[in-house]
Amino acid sequence: RRVRANDREYNERFQYASNCIMTSKYNIITFLPVNLFEQFQEVANTYFLFLLILQLIPQISSLSWFTTIVPLALVLSITAVKDATDDYVRKIDYLLSVSFIHFKHQSTLQNEKWMNVRVGDIIKLENNQFVAVSAWPPVDYVCFRVMFFFLCEGEVVCEPPNNKLDRFRGTLYWRDKKYTLTNQNMLLRGCVLRNTESCFGLVIFAGPDTKLMQNSGRTKFKRTSIDRLMNTLVRWIFGFLVCMGVILALGNAVWEREVGSLFQRYLPWEPPVDNFLFSAFFSFWSYVIILNTVVPISLYVSVEVIRLGHSYFINWDQKMFCSLCSTAAEARTTTLNEELGQVEYVFSDKTGTLTQNIMSFNKCSINGQTYGKRLDFTQFNPLADPDFSFYDEKLLEAVKVGDSHTHEFFRLLSLCHTVMSEEKSEGELLYKAQSPDEGALVTAARNFGFVFRSRTPRTITTTEMGRTVTYSLLAILDFNNIRKRMSVIVRNPEGKIRLYCKGADTVLLERLHPSNQELMAVTSDHLNDYAADGLRTLALAYKDLSEDDWEEWSESHSNAEKSTDYREDRLASAYEQIEQEMMLLGATAIEDKLQEGVPETIAVLSLANIKIWVLTGDKQETAVNIGYSCKMLTDDMTEVFIISGHTVHSVRQELRSACSSVKKNHMTMYKNHSFYILRSFREMSLTSSFCQAHALEADMEVEFVSTACACKAVICCRVTPLQKAQVVELIKKHKKAVTLAIGDGANDVCMIKSAHIGVGISGQEGIQAVLASDYSFSQFRFLQRLLLVHGRWSYLRMCRFLCYFFYKNFAFTMVHFWFGFFCGFSAQTVYDQYFITLYNIVYTSLPVLAMGIFDQDVPDQRSLEYPKLYEPGQLNLLFNKKEFFICIAQGIYTSLVLFFVPYAVLSDATQSTGVPLADYQTFAVTTATALVIVVSVQIALDTGFWTIFNHVFVWGSLGTYFTIMIALNSQTVFRIFPNQFHFVGSSQNTLMQPVVWLTIALATAICIVPVLAFRFLKLDLRPQLSDTVRKTHQWCFKTVCVHILSIRTWLMIT
Amino acid sequence: MGKDDTRAGPLVRRPDNSAFKQQRLPAWSPMLTASTVLPFFYLTALICMLLGVLLLLTVQSTQEIKVDYTEAGTCNICLQKRKNVTNGALPCSCTVVFSVEKAFRGNVFFYYGLRNFHQNLRRYMDSRDDAQTVGRAGNLKNPSTYCEPFRKDKNGLPIAPCGAVANSIFNDSFSLVYHGSTGGFVPVPLLRNGVTWYTDKNIKFRNPQKENLTLAQVFEGTAPPPYWQKPAYALDPSDSTNNGFINDDLIVWMREAAFPNFKKLYGVLFRANKPFTKGLPVGNYSIHINYNFPVQHFQGRKEVVLTTLTWFGGQNHFLAIAYLVTSSVTLLIAVGLTVVWWKFGRNGKNMEK
Repeated sequence: RRVRANDREYNERFQYASNCIMTSKYNIITFLPVNLFEQFQEVANTYFLFLLILQLIPQISSLSWFTTIVPLALVLSITAVKDATDDYVRKIDYLLSVSFIHFKHQSTLQNEKWMNVRVGDIIKLENNQFVAVSAWPPVDYVCFRVMFFFLCEGEVVCEPPNNKLDRFRGTLYWRDKKYTLTNQNMLLRGCVLRNTESCFGLVIFAGPDTKLMQNSGRTKFKRTSIDRLMNTLVRWIFGFLVCMGVILALGNAVWEREVGSLFQRYLPWEPPVDNFLFSAFFSFWSYVIILNTVVPISLYVSVEVIRLGHSYFINWDQKMFCSLCSTAAEARTTTLNEELGQVEYVFSDKTGTLTQNIMSFNKCSINGQTYGKRLDFTQFNPLADPDFSFYDEKLLEAVKVGDSHTHEFFRLLSLCHTVMSEEKSEGELLYKAQSPDEGALVTAARNFGFVFRSRTPRTITTTEMGRTVTYSLLAILDFNNIRKRMSVIVRNPEGKIRLYCKGADTVLLERLHPSNQELMAVTSDHLNDYAADGLRTLALAYKDLSEDDWEEWSESHSNAEKSTDYREDRLASAYEQIEQEMMLLGATAIEDKLQEGVPETIAVLSLANIKIWVLTGDKQETAVNIGYSCKMLTDDMTEVFIISGHTVHSVRQELRSACSSVKKNHMTMYKNHSFYILRSFREMSLTSSFCQAHALEADMEVEFVSTACACKAVICCRVTPLQKAQVVELIKKHKKAVTLAIGDGANDVCMIKSAHIGVGISGQEGIQAVLASDYSFSQFRFLQRLLLVHGRWSYLRMCRFLCYFFYKNFAFTMVHFWFGFFCGFSAQTVYDQYFITLYNIVYTSLPVLAMGIFDQDVPDQRSLEYPKLYEPGQLNLLFNKKEFFICIAQGIYTSLVLFFVPYAVLSDATQSTGVPLADYQTFAVTTATALVIVVSVQIALDTGFWTIFNHVFVWGSLGTYFTIMIALNSQTVFRIFPNQFHFVGSSQNTLMQPVVWLTIALATAICIVPVLAFRFLKLDLRPQLSDTVRKTHQWCFKTVCVHILSIRTWLMIT
Repeated sequence: MGKDDTRAGPLVRRPDNSAFKQQRLPAWSPMLTASTVLPFFYLTALICMLLGVLLLLTVQSTQEIKVDYTEAGTCNICLQKRKNVTNGALPCSCTVVFSVEKAFRGNVFFYYGLRNFHQNLRRYMDSRDDAQTVGRAGNLKNPSTYCEPFRKDKNGLPIAPCGAVANSIFNDSFSLVYHGSTGGFVPVPLLRNGVTWYTDKNIKFRNPQKENLTLAQVFEGTAPPPYWQKPAYALDPSDSTNNGFINDDLIVWMREAAFPNFKKLYGVLFRANKPFTKGLPVGNYSIHINYNFPVQHFQGRKEVVLTTLTWFGGQNHFLAIAYLVTSSVTLLIAVGLTVVWWKFGRNGKNMEK
């Protein structure tokens, strides 16, 4: 990509993306067509559109067009409203992000909106711009701390847009000179300008090309297993529908040949039909129209509504609100709720997830001496941070006495870091650290009298024991995951050059001067002690550099920096070159406290048969210790396997032996608690990447999974973010279980995205994890409530809802099938067309929605008390193919009863005035009424938790049915539209007849009695745990009271 | 400012503590327990039993006679005659004799019945124009296209009433004669009105009205349905209020039957004069039939049904028996459940596990 500064005509030739990002999809004019177009891309909606078109063909149309269009319009409009609201919210975001900047173009400074910024423009940014929480400066720019006319004539050639946040390669050409551009010269979209008044920049990428946008758009759409099952079932139902159509069409062919042809005198075939086969062909389509209600049009939209309701319940839950950080739980995805009730594996990050990620400097080892006990600083140092506490007086003494090693130790801590400071007034220092560890170390140095005050790109100012010292900063050898250390090279006021280095002990101890052997041994002992206490350790070292050394190295360094290819590798080797033969200063130990309630949560979750794996980048000892302190590992876990082989072969050996020992013990031990550390990941990944290691050793994958899954607890140490995601993928692939990943940092994003459900902890480490997650809250302990209460309820409700939903549609539709055998397969409907229109959307929708939203089998505290209640979800017991067939069978049985009982009774019955009841309209009204009553009784049976809403909806639906039916059969509407409302008077005439009511009662009894008996038997012989829990805790009196209370509340509301 | 906000309370963003949002709505959570289910079953069984017995007794008190006259008695000739379409318009009457063994007490209802006649075919049912039969002047002259092919006759005149339903009206007529004990023949008087729904007669079917015009004049410019022998305005010469669309027989026919075998009310016994004050006395009867309606085309049967009624309608054994069967099945289930509960699940023994 070539960008010429301040030359729009030139840049426009490349047609770079503009910065005008339409995060909202629609505007007022395009909304309707675009939204409709999108909705009709859904198969279900297209299907119903197809039906609608079929219905417009008069020879086929067995139902008026509105029986399809009314529900379809309703479904489409509900979805459209939802889309519009989502879009509106997005639009608000977008509007917020439009802020004014100083915009430099054609040599004049003017204010422009972000959306008008183009690639190649020069812009001026001011300090702390975009501090507003949700602002997104939507461009990436190259930022030089130089006069801006320098840029005005420059031309930048750089790599095409990509999503790698941590690297950038480009070259700036200016007056025949080349300058290398790296990531350090870039300001990325989403950043905030700090520590400088303002700067000028050249826009390199805009809009969708920016790294942030390149990174964000890749989220794949997650679906729940219920979703997938539902789609399969809907496909089966389609098949079923076609079968029915074929059967009835065959019936029609036979009937038309045997009977219909003789009946021609009274009813000739319609013009295009000239033989029975043609008639059968039409009949097939007619029946497809009639029976389309087996594929419930409102299913998807109802499911969405229910999930939305559950999401709101999660957002509203006070018990998942953290008052400390004032954040409530948030369901960021509204489509995954029921999957929360089926989780089997939880993959958890350690730092910030299990622990608070609030680091406190806890212990240290200086020159072979270890320190650590409680202490008060305020008298000693007025600049001390009042929240800081350290526990050893001896260290303070050592500082006061002026022990040079101790001073050097803290000087290192105050210099070697990337912390930013902000001093609002004298003494009120505020540190902004990228990682809490660094913050803790700098704070510690501050409290011991080595106060980091401020930094500029070339200097660092500190106050050492009350004396202000300014060091010039020569180089920062920054931290990354491979180096695991960082160094600074500074020149002190006396002119001496020194390199300070801090880093992981394993890395650092290898690079010490040989004279340090003795000290190193002592310090390693200390380090091991600290790690065993669960502390995070770092080793510190320094190295004196002569002026020559520095000159020499700085040249090779700048060479490496300028190089365009393999820049990272060259830099790394340059760093490597100077970070040698260092002098050990000591080690620090930082404590990361466990979050509140973590051991309890883990205990409850493992009782619920949820397996928890901890994936951490920490070292093995630290991880083990955390494992013990959060009760993941307990002392009765007799066998602990540690897989820490360095080669593929040794890893396999260890895996095999662990596996066989697990198998052996399973036979003998009742509870095989085993524990498993996978350190080998790191070693395996060293060969190149984990993926490749697996590709080479495909059998290893299986071995690993089978061994690890046999264990009670698994901890993987030293894993990289990508490996975290790979572990999750591995379980997803081999275990077919629902996985949940929980984490708080950017390093967990991969894992969160690849797990079925990603949970983000909104904590210290920014919001990347939260943005990538499906659910977010601020404390690990809320996970138990999310899974055991909300997840469990969601799953239960969704399953009950689906069962009932399929049942009611089959009961409704199959009546037409049976009637087909009596009406010459002519596709005559049993019910009035208005009933067909309204059945799914008015008469039966609300009670089942209320059940789907409010139902509870046991109260929330019980599901936490009895974690075993979670198991049906994991085993997928409540809604699966078998349950589906049971529902369908019940629906078909109901339809049989609903057809044949009225048929047998009415075909011979008469009113008390002698008028026969066997007319079509009476039959239609009777069957419809019986159907509404039977499905209402059924929903009453299914509802386990009758809130006011359930009462209102169930009784209301029945009331609505009768009201609407009588209204539609009234003479008023008939007088206006005689051809549309020809059922005039039939409901009054029918419902006045005792025979009709006796028929309805009989049909209801026949439908309900077997269901009741079956349920009672199941409850009596094979009770579920939830039934038992319910029974033990339930009481008659209490329920009666509660019921009265609920009615009272209801009365009060009305 | 931001500081003030955070100090003002970390609970600012805390969700409301309402029963609704916290899912703590007061609710009734019923459970299927032995103490509710078993009594329910026994009660259901008992109620069904009582209803069944009551219905059975009621049904037993009714009487019914069915006479299939398709080819009975002298009607055989007519059947043959009607087979030939060219003879369709020729009148044919015949007589069928039957005897009543046990006197019919109370109101006696006279029905005609058809077998294998599909009034419930979709296209048949659609083939009518309710706007026309409710007397809309516009639809009288321009019937709905649903009436095709019975919308206009060969000359292009609109058919009133249009459609397949009206066209296929059942046009046999009956007169019942009692063979008195003394040997004389007494005609049995039948009331031919009051055989329709009130709403049909008064709301759904209306004659088109035009000022100062007789019904015949209003119908001018329309044709009767092809199979009709008389125009709509002259259906009942004896009663001028029973003509046009509000003719009782037409209304009865236009209320389509749900199943291919059906009966429709023809008349009610007029009980003012002896010997019919108490119903139909014992003895022989003959029905004189104007045999017009051809059924042999579609292998149908025609019959006449005489019946008495109770509060609950005519003779309908199915409902009573169904109730009795349901009752006994429920009872069986209830007993079974009780045994199971007693043996396995009593006192929640299973629950303890």
